Amino acid sequence: MSHIVPKSVYYLIFAALMAGTAVTVAMAFVDLGAFNAVVALTIAVVKATLVVLFFMHVRYSSRLTWAVVFGSVFWLGILLALTFSDYLTRSWRTFG
Amino acid sequence: MSDTTAEAGRRPRPALAHHFDDLAQQKDAATLGMWVFLATEVLFFGGLFAAYSVYRGWYPEAFGAASHSLDITLGAVNTAVLITSSLTMALAVHAAETGERRLLVLFLVATMALGAVFLGIKAVEYAAKFAEHHVPGPSFHFEEEALSRNAQIFFSLYFVMTGLHALHMVIGLGIMTWMLVWAWNGTITKEYASPIEISGLYWHFVDIVWIFLFPLLYLIGRHA
Repeated sequence: MSHIVPKSVYYLIFAALMAGTAVTVAMAFVDLGAFNAVVALTIAVVKATLVVLFFMHVRYSSRLTWAVVFGSVFWLGILLALTFSDYLTRSWRTFG
Repeated sequence: MSDTTAEAGRRPRPALAHHFDDLAQQKDAATLGMWVFLATEVLFFGGLFAAYSVYRGWYPEAFGAASHSLDITLGAVNTAVLITSSLTMALAVHAAETGERRLLVLFLVATMALGAVFLGIKAVEYAAKFAEHHVPGPSFHFEEEALSRNAQIFFSLYFVMTGLHALHMVIGLGIMTWMLVWAWNGTITKEYASPIEISGLYWHFVDIVWIFLFPLLYLIGRHA
């Protein structure tokens, strides 16, 4: 029935998460301009994905669980996209 | 399984509830239910992240300056503490699934201890913010007067977001205490490990929230 994830997978993911934390802290001290935010968020998304897939076992879960996980991220995308489409474009209003 | 049903019915917590076909279906249902709850949590924190992003876009200088006043070392140490607690949680789930009760108790205690360390470090950081008058309100004071108003917005978001995260940690410690009792009294078995599994889902989710809070609050704008 249930798939038992081997401990070695957990240790590997833990090492990757720690490495990601070290890299994100180190990169914060390098001036990349607007790309600092991009780098920090990309690393955060990779770390979160590793946690979801392996620590939270979504990689081994049912298709229905997959759908709910994907749905939550998709709805978060709608929330952020519609919010930003308003606030980030207000300064564009230069007609007339 | 059916020959032990009568006996199982008298136990305080039979492994298989009567409305499920088998343990695999029961586990899938529990996991799915927890994920539906976590989807609401994603949107709950998502709204706060959206608010943060909008204000950061409007007031980048004030947010950069206010972000600078946070202790990056304590933030990084807390990130490591929380990631380690996620490892011990994952190992607790493994111990539950393989029926190693002593290991399960050990890893649950380790997870709770690391969670308590996180909250302790957070308390030290909050105390420093109170001492520096960085808590929004009448006595708020920011070193750069011109940025004071917008820095207050940063600290409002900082306290609401980290405060709600800390509240989730406290609730997590409560859930882990409950799981510890169930691990101790033998309610958790190899067959009935899903309570540990779905408590773990909650714990890992709270870790993920911090994985985003740490760079957004402590790191972005650090170089500037």
